[in-house]
Amino acid sequence: MLYFGDLLPYSDVFFGGLITTVELTVLTTFLGIALGTLCAVLRQYGGATPRRIVASYVELIRNTPFIVQLFFIFFGLPAIGVMLTPWQASVIALTINLGAYSTEIIRAGLGSIPKGQVEAAKVLGMTFRQTLTRVIFVPAFEKIYPALTSQCIIVMLGSAVISQISVEELTYAANLVQSRNFRAFESYLVTALLYLGLAMMMRYVFKLIGKRLFSFRESS
Amino acid sequence: MKRLTQLLSKTLIVASSVAAAMTTMTAGADVLQDIQDRKEIRIAVPQDFPPFGSVGPDLKPQGIDVDMANYIADQLDVDLKIVPVTSANRIPYLQTKKVDLVISSLGKNPEREKAIDFTTPYAPFFLGVFGENSVDVTKMTDLAGKTVGVTRGSVEDLELEKYAPKSLNVRRFEDNNTTLTAYLTGQVKLIATGNLVATEIAKRQPQRAPETKFLLKDSPCYIGLAEGEAALQSKINGIISTALENGTLNDISMKWLKAPLPKGFGA
Repeated sequence: MLYFGDLLPYSDVFFGGLITTVELTVLTTFLGIALGTLCAVLRQYGGATPRRIVASYVELIRNTPFIVQLFFIFFGLPAIGVMLTPWQASVIALTINLGAYSTEIIRAGLGSIPKGQVEAAKVLGMTFRQTLTRVIFVPAFEKIYPALTSQCIIVMLGSAVISQISVEELTYAANLVQSRNFRAFESYLVTALLYLGLAMMMRYVFKLIGKRLFSFRESS
Repeated sequence: MKRLTQLLSKTLIVASSVAAAMTTMTAGADVLQDIQDRKEIRIAVPQDFPPFGSVGPDLKPQGIDVDMANYIADQLDVDLKIVPVTSANRIPYLQTKKVDLVISSLGKNPEREKAIDFTTPYAPFFLGVFGENSVDVTKMTDLAGKTVGVTRGSVEDLELEKYAPKSLNVRRFEDNNTTLTAYLTGQVKLIATGNLVATEIAKRQPQRAPETKFLLKDSPCYIGLAEGEAALQSKINGIISTALENGTLNDISMKWLKAPLPKGFGA
């Protein structure tokens, strides 16, 4: 028999987990996109060495499982004297993960800007930084915005893995509740619905931000 | 009809002689006397549960239980016959008199106490809080504000949840191995686990061998013997208390569990 009443005493556990997941997601989304943007610019416009370094980073992260990256940071690094708390290790792991994937996505956006547009900016006497921020970024991000949104949601869902290093996020809460009352169906169903709600909310927030960022479309 | 009567009487004779045999077995049984007459003691040990009993590289049984069996045979000055058993059949072996003693990491519980008798404990088996020497913890209330690693959903996890101070930061991991790794890598300085897991850590990294801080749940191992064998029971109890006093039990614990007997063991 299904009985969701058994979950009620643990509602604060679920709530705490939910908050942690949201905090982690917001933080790593910002950091990850920032890292991805930097790497994408280096990859697209940088010299040979930065390009190669970024390419290696992207390949390394995109071709290894997230849980291995996480365990390496949390359990591996202490061997060389780098001791991180579960929270720090998670933020770093999620950021470098999102950073690598978003590098590739953002680079595609940068690549889609017609060469003539960049040259026009140069002719007008704009510096490279000005060209980037005023000419390239907005249309480039607009093109890849849906893909970037999806990637951020994937990272939010992927953050479930960090329950493995005892970060008390949503999946940790589900596992804990399930180990206490053995209501596996109920706890995981509730957790799945919470993730679904979070993902839908993220998509909505991204849409709102997108509307503001890319408002030039509507005015033109 | 005649054949039926014959069959019936035959069955009766067999049944009554079996019953008679059983009465003599129970009434006249003095296992200690039998052991001394036989000059041999038969002891059931596990062979699938290291470090209590397993098959060594020389294909001979080894472990705490085997050492204990040898020690008892020595003290009784009789030969030892090792009988390998599994945890499911160790009590039936005793009940059917196939062995004289069961030294097989046997814990005491009310169901078992109805079926067999127990001596005093001979080996530690417990859940506890273990940790680095530098961490000063000797009781549950000392855990306030500390961080302890534990395997989620385990008995030790539930014990901590029930009795530990609220300010204790419990880091729960997926399985014993991850908990163990968290301790070995220094991510947690204290762990709550079984003493066998602590032994495993001591074996893998002797320099980080965890110290027993205090016991969460104690279920030491007892030697099992058939019910009503008062003479044998007091003899074995005597041997165990001597072994406790002269340090033999502690040596066995150091040898196999890489840790001394917990404070107050056997008291």
